[in-house]
Amino acid sequence: MTENSYSEISIQTDDFSLADEVALLEQDNAIDGAVVTFTGRVRNKNEGKDVTSLTLEHYPGMTEKSLGQIINTAKERWRLGRVKVIHRVGELFIGDQIVFVGVTSKHRQDAFAANEFIMDYLKVRAPFWKKESTEQGNNWLDAKTSDENKAAKW
Amino acid sequence: MIKVVFFAALREQLNCSELSLSSENLTTVADLKAELASKDDKWQQVFANSALLSAVNHDMVNSEQLIKSGDEVAFFPPVTGG
Repeated sequence: MTENSYSEISIQTDDFSLADEVALLEQDNAIDGAVVTFTGRVRNKNEGKDVTSLTLEHYPGMTEKSLGQIINTAKERWRLGRVKVIHRVGELFIGDQIVFVGVTSKHRQDAFAANEFIMDYLKVRAPFWKKESTEQGNNWLDAKTSDENKAAKW
Repeated sequence: MIKVVFFAALREQLNCSELSLSSENLTTVADLKAELASKDDKWQQVFANSALLSAVNHDMVNSEQLIKSGDEVAFFPPVTGG
């Protein structure tokens, strides 16, 4: 841990700018040589159905707490500088950004691994739920066993 | 009193986002589930789902978790964010 390191979590309805987020991770940060970012977006199809929109619900309070715990675990396992997690809620449309995870570290291995770890755990531990709107109607998405398996491999 | 909150599909099935009930005779999350399931057939059916997740004061817990007056207990389906 150095003064340079921090972590930040934002749950928001507004969109975010990947360029702005990368600029913040890099600003006054000469000690980290690696910046790894992940952005998740709304796909046009899910299980063969045409998706028109997704509505994201979450559990305010628990969401921030669970993401904080995931980030802390990542910081214990890898040597990280800055961590930023953004997750949007509310109604989102095809191509919209849903989630952002940005991690910096001195060298790339730590940032790559920690970024994937944070996303894998966010998927199975953070209390968000997606409701999908399609031509056939609205339905809550089911959790995937494959996501549990991905998180368990860490 | 114990505050109980419900989310996503569960909230819609029960048509209830939040309720409060006396903590008397409730020692664990399992006791609370049994109490809620006894409300009527619909609640019985919803709480029979073994995939249901529970949290106490914003931490994920299992059914053996102890609860006390002032706690916030949440029930919800497996999460699907990201």
